[in-house]
Amino acid sequence: MTTNLKVPGRKSWTQRLRNEMAANWQLYLLVLLPVVYLILFHYWPMLGVQIAFKDFKPTKGIWGSPWASSRGQVNVFKHFQRFLRSSYSLQIIGNTISLSLYSLLAKFPCCLLLSLMMNELRSTKLKKTVQVVTYAPHFISTIVVVGIMQQMFAAPSALMRSGGVVNMLIGMLGGEPIPFMESASAFPHMYVWSGVWSSAGWGSIIYLATLSNVDPQHYEAATLDGATKLQKIWYITLPVLIPTAVTLFILDVGHVMNVGFEKAYAMQNDLNRTSSQVLATYVYTQGIKDGNYSFSTAISLFNSVINLVLICTVNFISRKISEVSLW
Amino acid sequence: MTTAKKTSSTAIKRIRGDVVFDVVNASILIVMMLVVLYPLIYVVSCSVSSPLLVVQSKVVLFPKGMTKVAYEHVFNNSLILSGYGNTILYTLIGTSINLVMTIMAAFPLSQKTFGARKGITFLFTFTMLFSGGLVPTFLTVQRLGLMDTVWALVLPGAISAWNMLIMKNYFQTSIPGELYEAARIDGADWMTILLQLVLPLSMPIVAVMILYYGVSHWNSYFSALIYLRDRMRYPLQLIMRSYFSGNDFAEQGGGGEDTATALLLTETIKYALIVIASFPMLCLYPFMQRFFVKGVMLGAVKG
Repeated sequence: MTTNLKVPGRKSWTQRLRNEMAANWQLYLLVLLPVVYLILFHYWPMLGVQIAFKDFKPTKGIWGSPWASSRGQVNVFKHFQRFLRSSYSLQIIGNTISLSLYSLLAKFPCCLLLSLMMNELRSTKLKKTVQVVTYAPHFISTIVVVGIMQQMFAAPSALMRSGGVVNMLIGMLGGEPIPFMESASAFPHMYVWSGVWSSAGWGSIIYLATLSNVDPQHYEAATLDGATKLQKIWYITLPVLIPTAVTLFILDVGHVMNVGFEKAYAMQNDLNRTSSQVLATYVYTQGIKDGNYSFSTAISLFNSVINLVLICTVNFISRKISEVSLW
Repeated sequence: MTTAKKTSSTAIKRIRGDVVFDVVNASILIVMMLVVLYPLIYVVSCSVSSPLLVVQSKVVLFPKGMTKVAYEHVFNNSLILSGYGNTILYTLIGTSINLVMTIMAAFPLSQKTFGARKGITFLFTFTMLFSGGLVPTFLTVQRLGLMDTVWALVLPGAISAWNMLIMKNYFQTSIPGELYEAARIDGADWMTILLQLVLPLSMPIVAVMILYYGVSHWNSYFSALIYLRDRMRYPLQLIMRSYFSGNDFAEQGGGGEDTATALLLTETIKYALIVIASFPMLCLYPFMQRFFVKGVMLGAVKG
C-alpha cells in the first residue's frame, strides 16, 4: 500500500523509467537486435521443447501436434519412458559419463604438470617455443585430429599391408596389429588421449597466468633460506595453483553429462559404436537422421535438465569451498 | 617470473640439485614438444611423398619420393576448391556478424546506468545453462527458411554468451567508469562513446573475439552437417570428413586413371587436405598468441 503513496521529492517509477529511456535510447536500440536474436534462436526453441511431450507431426507443427499417447491414452512421458526403459539407454548414459570423467582425470593433471614445468623453465626462448608448439593443436579442427588418428593408427588392410605408422611399429617390434579405430575397447583411450594432445597446452594457460601473479619475493626469500627447486614448487607454487585448480575441477564436473558431438561422431563407426555412442550423437542420429523428433527431443531435454541440476549443484559447492562461482 | 629467476640466480650460486632439476625439466618438455609435433610433421611429410611409399608405410618421419601430385589433385578438384572457398566465405561472414552482434550486446550491458542491464544479462546467462536442444533449434531454422543457406551456419550462433560476457567484462574493468561519465557530461551520446572512445580502446578484446569466433567457424562441421544438403555449399571440414569416412563421392576426383592409382592417390590426398585445412590457422596463430592468452585470462575473471 505504501508504494502508492508518493514520496515528496522522488519521482514515480514510470517517470524514472521514462527519463532513463530518454537518456539511454541508443543503448536500447543497440541491444534490440541481440535480444531479437536471443528470442529467435534461444528462447523460441526452448518453447519447442514441448514436442518432447507430444507426438510431433511435421504437418501440424510444434503447437498443433497432439500430446503423446500410447494405445489411445494420453501419456506425455511416453518418449522419456521409452528411452529410459530401453536396454541401450544405460549404455549411452554410461558411455557419456565415463568418457567425460576419463577425459577430466587425464587432462587435469596433464595441464597442471605442464604449466608447472613451463613455469620452471629458465630459458624464456625455450619457454616461448614450448608454448607455441603445445598450444598449436588447439587450433586444429576435430575432423583433422580424427583424420590424423585414422591415418596414423590405421589397421592393416588390403591397401596398406602393415597399417598406419603405429601398427607398423608394433609389427616391427613383433606384436600383433591393433585395430585402434575400429574397436570399442580402444575407443575411450583414443578419444581421451587425442583430447589430451589437442588441449593440454591450451588448458595450461590459465594455470600459467595464475602463476605469473606469484610475488617473486616469495621465491627470493625461499632461495635465501636454501630451499631447493622442488621445495619451492611444493611450498610456494602449488599452494597458489590449488584454488584455481579446485575451482576448475569442480566446474568441469558439472559438465560430466556433456560430451561434445563433433569428436565422438567423427570417430564413430559400426565397430566401436557400443562405446562411442553418447547422448549427443544419439540425439543427432534419432532426431536429424531418423526423423524421430519427439523421441530425440525427449532425450536431449532429459540431458539438459541433468546438466542444469549438475551445474547448479557444482556451482553451489564451488561457492562454498572457494568462493568462486559462475554467477 | 623472469625477474624472480634473474635475482635468484645472481644472488646465490644455484644449488647442484637445481641444475639437475632444470636439465631434467627442460628435457621432458622438449620430448613432450616432439610428441606434439610428430603427427604434424608426419602429415606434412606424407602429403608430399610418393603415394606408393606412403601406402607401404615407408614414410615415417621425412618425406620420401617427393612429389606434389596430391596437391595438384587437391587444387584441381572442384569440390575441394568450392569447399575451401565456402569455408573462407562462411568464416568471414560469420565472424563479422559475431563481432558486430557481440559488441551490440556487450556495450549496453556493460553500462551501469542502463536500466535493462540485469534482465538482459540474465537472459544471456541462462542460455549457457539450458537450451532447447538440437531438434527444436533445427525446426526453428527450418521454419525460418534458412535451410541450405549460409545463414543457417552463422545466425543461430551469432552471439556466444560466454564471449559476450568476456567482452562486457572487459568494457567494465579495462575502461575506467569515470571516462564514460566524463564523456556523458560533455554531451556525447552513447553511439559516439562506443565508436570513438570504447572501440579504439578495446582492440585487444576485439582481436580476441575475431580469433575465437574465426577459429570456431573455420573448424566447425556440425551446423553444416545438419543444415546443408547441397554439396557445392559444403565447407571444407565436411568435405574432408567424407574423404576420411570413404564416402563414394569423394573419390570422383581421380577420374581418368585406373582405380589402383586413384586408390593410392586418395591416401596422400587425405594428407594434403589436412595440410591445406590447418595451414592458415597454424600460421596465423603464433602471431595472435598474446591475444589468445589474454582472452583465456579474461574468461577466467568472473563476468
